[in-house]
Amino acid sequence: MTIPNLVGAGLIVIGAGIGLGNIGGSAMEGIARQPEATNKIQTAMIIIAALLEGLAFGALFLGK
Amino acid sequence: MEQLLNDFSPGLFIMQSVLMLAVIFLMVKFAWKPIISALDEREEGIKNALEAAEKAKQEMESISSSNEKLFNQAREDRDAMLKEAREMKAKMIAEAAANAEAEAAKIIASAKEAIEVEKKEALAEIKAEVAQLSISVAEKLLKEELSDAKKDASFVNGLLGEVNLK
Amino acid sequence: MILGKSGRNKLLGLISLFVFCSALASSAAPKSDGGSEGHGAVTSESEINEYILHHIKDAHDFHLFSYNDAEGHRKHIGFPLPVIVYSSKGLRTFMSSEFHHDDSGHHVVESDGVSLVKYHEKIYELNEGAHAVEFDEAHHPTNAHTVLDLSITKSVFGFLLVSILMLIAFGRLAKQYKKQAVPTGFGRVLEPLILYVRDEIARPNIGEKHYRRFTGFLMTVFFFIWTSNLLGLTPLGFNITGQLAVTFTLALFTYIITQFSGTKDYWKHIFWMPGVPVPMKIILAPIELLGTLTKPFSLMIRLFANISAGHIVVMSLISIAIIMKSTLGAAGATLLSLALSFFLTLIELLVAFLQAYIFTMLSALFIGMAVEEHDHH
Repeated sequence: MTIPNLVGAGLIVIGAGIGLGNIGGSAMEGIARQPEATNKIQTAMIIIAALLEGLAFGALFLGK
Repeated sequence: MEQLLNDFSPGLFIMQSVLMLAVIFLMVKFAWKPIISALDEREEGIKNALEAAEKAKQEMESISSSNEKLFNQAREDRDAMLKEAREMKAKMIAEAAANAEAEAAKIIASAKEAIEVEKKEALAEIKAEVAQLSISVAEKLLKEELSDAKKDASFVNGLLGEVNLK
Repeated sequence: MILGKSGRNKLLGLISLFVFCSALASSAAPKSDGGSEGHGAVTSESEINEYILHHIKDAHDFHLFSYNDAEGHRKHIGFPLPVIVYSSKGLRTFMSSEFHHDDSGHHVVESDGVSLVKYHEKIYELNEGAHAVEFDEAHHPTNAHTVLDLSITKSVFGFLLVSILMLIAFGRLAKQYKKQAVPTGFGRVLEPLILYVRDEIARPNIGEKHYRRFTGFLMTVFFFIWTSNLLGLTPLGFNITGQLAVTFTLALFTYIITQFSGTKDYWKHIFWMPGVPVPMKIILAPIELLGTLTKPFSLMIRLFANISAGHIVVMSLISIAIIMKSTLGAAGATLLSLALSFFLTLIELLVAFLQAYIFTMLSALFIGMAVEEHDHH
């Protein structure tokens, strides 16, 4: 792994981290507001987190 | 990316595809189809049983409500009959009382009438008697006058005393 | 079913024990490589790195553990798996024990006029006239080419194992339903899982009308991924779902099913998006078309990366016991690595389920998008 690769990987992880944080935070807020919709919110959260994760992993492996 | 492609094994991919197809086929045939159909059947059975129970419950409710209705009807009928009987009794009593009163009045009236008739008859009789007496007195008087004029006055007085009973 | 339940279980246990013992016996004897690799136990950091990367890869033999015997020979315990390659001169099959645990390309196997070597778990065929493999600076063989490797590798073996386990478990459950409405024993564990996949994954994402057609595929994929992930957490060292070819196959199946069950509406939304101006339609068409490819691509990468990363991290934590031995002492380093790897394994148990769930869920979602009928336009 070269230095640019590592920097790129770090940027990807930072971006993905921010995204995941936003998703998780918003989901928590939603659950706090509407506890009866917990299941739906969780499912949606997992799906979006999975899509983001796929994107991040894709970028990581493309840069490897 | 290069390492990723380097790690990719076409042989494994072919093996995996063939085996995967076979496994999906086998699993669908021997596991998923019978399991899913059994589950569906069971769910259908549970649904039907629940529906039947609900139906029975409704039927029970309708039966008990109709019972209630019949009971109420009977009670109302009884009440109506009792009321009617009571009314009839009161009416009968009133009627009887009225009848008795009318009868009594009639009896009294007829008695009065009879008394009146008797009285009239008696008066007429008395009048006739008086007339007879008067005639006879007048006869005797006339006869006496012809015989004893002195005795006249005392005789008439005696006669008048006799007549004075009325 | 002449045997009772416990009787059958005992029989299965005996069979597996017999297979295991015979495999040990057959492999233990000839497998003392005369120190061709030069090293015994894995100790240094670079060796650990290499060991982990080697584990992540597919393997041609089933290796359980190694030790040095009294004479200092390296002994490998495990059993060989069949190698099936399609070389330039046709199909060649032999047991992987012929390579004598050589993975550096030095041991040449002659099979009916074809010279084969194994280098980093890849089988190369030596060009005509070559007797030993030569490498360039980037460690690529110069006088050999790859062959189509249809071997029963460790991953294929693992796949077969998982398939047999699934067929036995779910086949028995299916048989139970013939006799009674409510399953007993292990079936009681499996039934809620089946209902979960059907009612929480397939039905809401595909829709009431079409989900039945796809439950077979979704359930097979879900239970295959989950069982494989769990098998990867055992000390047997399987890494089935961490193979790119395996996740590629799974994603390809999803892709093919999605495209072939697409309705007219689905294709219309890809090539001529309704409700946007014409120039936008032209711009959107290639983007949407690319989108159909990126979806299964992300499915493939996600599963592969998650499982590979999990294995790498668990093995790294285990190797703390070796690396930190000089600073923390043997007991301290072992304790630290044990505690860390224990908690990470717990997380990996969750990940094993989560990845199976997400793969199935997203597959169902993509299929649902394809079969959906847009009646609101």
